[in-house]
Amino acid sequence: MTATPGVEVAPVPMTAKRRGAQLFMLAFAIVIVMGAYASVGLGINGQIPAGMLTYGLGLGGLMLAAYLVLARFAPWADPLLLPLVTLVNGIGLVMIYRIEQTGQGGASATNQLMWTALGVVMFSATLIVLKDHRALQRLTYTLGFVGLGLLVLPLVPFIGKEINGARIWIGIGGFSIQPSEFAKLALVVFFAGYLVAKRDVLALAGRRLLFIDLPRARDLGPVLITWGFSLAVLILQKDLGSSLLLFGTFIVMLYVATQRTSWVLIGVLLFLGGAILAGQIFDHVAARFEVFLNPESPELYDRELGGSYQLMQGLFALGSGGILGTGLGEGHPKEIPLSFSDFIFAATGEELGLTGLMALLMVYALIVERGLRTAIAARDPFSKLLAGGLSFILAWQVFIIVGGVTNLIPLTGLVTPFMSAGGSALLANWILIALLVRMSDAARRPPPQAIQDEGLTQVFQR
Amino acid sequence: MSELTLLLIRLAFLAVLWFFVIAAVGVIRTDLFGPRTAPASPRKPAKPAKPVSKPKRGEPRQMVVTGGPLQGTIINLTETPITIGRATDATLVLSDDYASSRHARLFPQDGQWIVEDLGSTNGTYLDRSKVTRPTPVPLGTPIRIGKTVIELRK
Repeated sequence: MTATPGVEVAPVPMTAKRRGAQLFMLAFAIVIVMGAYASVGLGINGQIPAGMLTYGLGLGGLMLAAYLVLARFAPWADPLLLPLVTLVNGIGLVMIYRIEQTGQGGASATNQLMWTALGVVMFSATLIVLKDHRALQRLTYTLGFVGLGLLVLPLVPFIGKEINGARIWIGIGGFSIQPSEFAKLALVVFFAGYLVAKRDVLALAGRRLLFIDLPRARDLGPVLITWGFSLAVLILQKDLGSSLLLFGTFIVMLYVATQRTSWVLIGVLLFLGGAILAGQIFDHVAARFEVFLNPESPELYDRELGGSYQLMQGLFALGSGGILGTGLGEGHPKEIPLSFSDFIFAATGEELGLTGLMALLMVYALIVERGLRTAIAARDPFSKLLAGGLSFILAWQVFIIVGGVTNLIPLTGLVTPFMSAGGSALLANWILIALLVRMSDAARRPPPQAIQDEGLTQVFQR
Repeated sequence: MSELTLLLIRLAFLAVLWFFVIAAVGVIRTDLFGPRTAPASPRKPAKPAKPVSKPKRGEPRQMVVTGGPLQGTIINLTETPITIGRATDATLVLSDDYASSRHARLFPQDGQWIVEDLGSTNGTYLDRSKVTRPTPVPLGTPIRIGKTVIELRK
């Protein structure tokens, strides 16, 4: 664009709101989910299920509400986050409905739809209450303590409950809540706030040894404390997934903040040390390694507790699905224990095949890409770190559980974000998406316009 | 329900799933490079203006942060002046101990972008020299503010 003196020049087009694209993608996602419902019914008994309209329109109504809140309170937000999440959440609902039809205990599509509704309420509430995400920076240490408190909560007698060998639930009324899901959000905010304040010290002070910059001993403190804490969680609650999730996220955020490779090296070494130590001392960790290395052994397959039965059933399901899958409603998800929660990815893989799983992984990758894009576009360091950390924790979570189900890494119990049955995870992940939406709104909002041509006085839209 | 119908439904569903992914990528593409039809309209009014203007190497369109903690940030240049500093209402907010709250300003004038130091404590540097008066910024020349380096790009 050439600007000549005296000639009025149209300003460079700025990021548009893309409302049309957002609505179109949202409707598309809902149509896919309804198609999936119909396909499940046709696959099972040749009829379109009665629930298709209830579930499909229910989900559609919820997402329309979420969209209206987003359009009102975060008009410049990224147009893709909500439709992408809608699709994954919807496919999860369909799979849970499908597993419910086989009569596997514990799977309930109605419950999951109710939790989705609560998730949308949390999403809207976060967007409405949190007008400026930088307010979170002031709560850095408060949220740090809240996060730690939530992690420790299940260990408190009377409140904490032990289910399936892991003590990560608390019972309130008739419900079971997994506080660690919310703790991880609070801790990511804490890490972001802490690292923004301490970044320079962590990045600049230190000695150079061989090819890596070694940090000072006292700067190692927070890393060692996080390491110790995640180990403690692992030991006391037998929750391998959450400790891996927390530690990995902290190391990556440290790396993003300081751009020093030495932190990653130190983190990996600490992690390997911790894992080997835990494997030596604790039977349940050792059992996971054993299963990971040799899942085919008949002895492990038949073992009652800590055996490879579930993992192998999942792998068989993926194998029978093949490239194109058996078709929705035509697999045997009942053969996999807990196929509606930890192993929903294996159950989906059987029915949609490699092609469908790759599409789902692409959708996750796009959600993460939009988050990282928000981090790049953000204008202040706290938002950059927070958006980067939140997107990473989502990606890392998908990697840990999908890697575990496919036996790429030792299996640790974690939910597949938005797909697995489970209220706490769904609520926490919807809040996570709300935070990303809030930050992408701030990042994509065009810079304020000046009143005069050259004036210093400017109008700011908040 | 015959086997064939089910097979077709299955394939159609997978195709639609992938079509969703492709549509999403399409939205991202439009976001990054603008709509496919858009370049036609701004170009048309620009063409008659060309003979009037002297042949130039082209104007900067973006301000890119190439160094410092905000590295990678891109701000599209409009006709609006850009303020840089630690104040939260600045266009580019720095969290740098060496930057003042209202450190510097970039504004367009006669098709050029001018950098002006707003009385900062540690100064603004254009390439190697300190900015003492409003100075035009050539394309690709680094402007240093504390630890942050920015430059203008086409």
